Amino acid sequence: MSEDVIRTDMIIIGAGPCGLFAVFEAGLLGMKCHLVDNLDKIGGQCAELYPDKPIYDIPAVPRCTGQELVDRLMEQIRPFEPAFHLKEQASDLRRLEDGRWRLETDAGTVLEAPVVVIAAGAGSFVPRRLPLPEAERFEGTSLFYAVRKMDQFRGRNILIAGGGDSALDWVLNLQPIAAGMTLVHRRDEFRAAPDSVEKMRRLVAEGRMRLVIGQISALDGEGDRIRSVTIKGTDGTSTLVPCDTVLAFYGLKMELGPIAGWGLNLDRNLIAVDTAAFETNQPGIFAIGDICTYPGKLKLILSGFHEAALMCQKAFKYCFPEQKLIFRYTTSSTDLQKKLGVA
Amino acid sequence: MPKLFVTDREGEEHELEGTLGWSVMEIIRENDLPIEAACGGCCACATCHVYVDPAWLDRLEPPNADESMMLDEAFEVRDNSRLSCQIKFTDALDGLKVTLAPEF
Repeated sequence: MSEDVIRTDMIIIGAGPCGLFAVFEAGLLGMKCHLVDNLDKIGGQCAELYPDKPIYDIPAVPRCTGQELVDRLMEQIRPFEPAFHLKEQASDLRRLEDGRWRLETDAGTVLEAPVVVIAAGAGSFVPRRLPLPEAERFEGTSLFYAVRKMDQFRGRNILIAGGGDSALDWVLNLQPIAAGMTLVHRRDEFRAAPDSVEKMRRLVAEGRMRLVIGQISALDGEGDRIRSVTIKGTDGTSTLVPCDTVLAFYGLKMELGPIAGWGLNLDRNLIAVDTAAFETNQPGIFAIGDICTYPGKLKLILSGFHEAALMCQKAFKYCFPEQKLIFRYTTSSTDLQKKLGVA
Repeated sequence: MPKLFVTDREGEEHELEGTLGWSVMEIIRENDLPIEAACGGCCACATCHVYVDPAWLDRLEPPNADESMMLDEAFEVRDNSRLSCQIKFTDALDGLKVTLAPEF
């Protein structure tokens, strides 16, 4: 059992810009990091919400996109070889007898470290659910927000809702193995890749699937099984579409999730920290970036970078209590330059 | 002072002072009404979705392609649906009425 536990210096929850820069600051001080993120990619909101949108307020970078910022941070932290645990949500955090922390993810990964850094932004990205009162009773049996195993949908009469790449990709992937396929979207324009939209339209023209313009207004069924979905059109008319499986892709939203239950002092869903080290009320647990709050806090990426640097000074003391920390510059210290792989 | 009238999800109307040059989302958020505005106003989510009073609809610039695409991620989208971060509050909008869309 204990062989499966990953031991490291710093566990960082959230692989957004602040979590990534924390790897750099930690690396300079000799601390190794493991990062956990619920998204399937590195970069947090920069990569998920606005990869192509410009950012103008990163010091000395007059303009870059969200994705470019992530790419540059990844280049900067490469010498420190951070380990990533993507598509895993940090679910359980507890203190070990020796004072270190043990974090478990929903995928069963167990990490132990003297320091945990919460750099989780506005929380985990989770699928947006259908805000219909009856939706919950169908969830997991006939209503889904993600596809884990395609085979589960073989022979099913599927209705997919949404107009983005996830919706269109799954229409195209599942149509050949489904008994029936209907795509529902609120308008006859799609933000998915034009090629996918083209393929979908061809299937519709060939009569191999249906496209219904409108929005889901009700789910009907027996027990936990959906039998039909009511679609309200823009003209107010309702269409009843018989189906046994609904896949809804309305994008992702952010929620604090399990962090709320870790015994940390919270202020309006943000984690209260001191501004000397950005430590929470639990020794060894720090919070940086958008998720932390203190008097004067600004939700800027550059503030998160500053918080990462100061946090590491204190984190060092938890990781190496016997060692003395000396403050040096990367410009002049061959020791730091060695760590960066340039000396 | 120009006014912005916001009906919350309980149906109560709030009369807000509209700061010229701010977005409608910012005015709503700064008045502590429950609007998520997760992306902070860069038209990258749909969590500042409002319904504009039909009487005012023609006086607004129509949504651009970006906004229409993001509205695809909202629920219960109607003809008068808008993302409030994309509506700049000007003198011409004194008295504008919007309703917060359901949370989602």
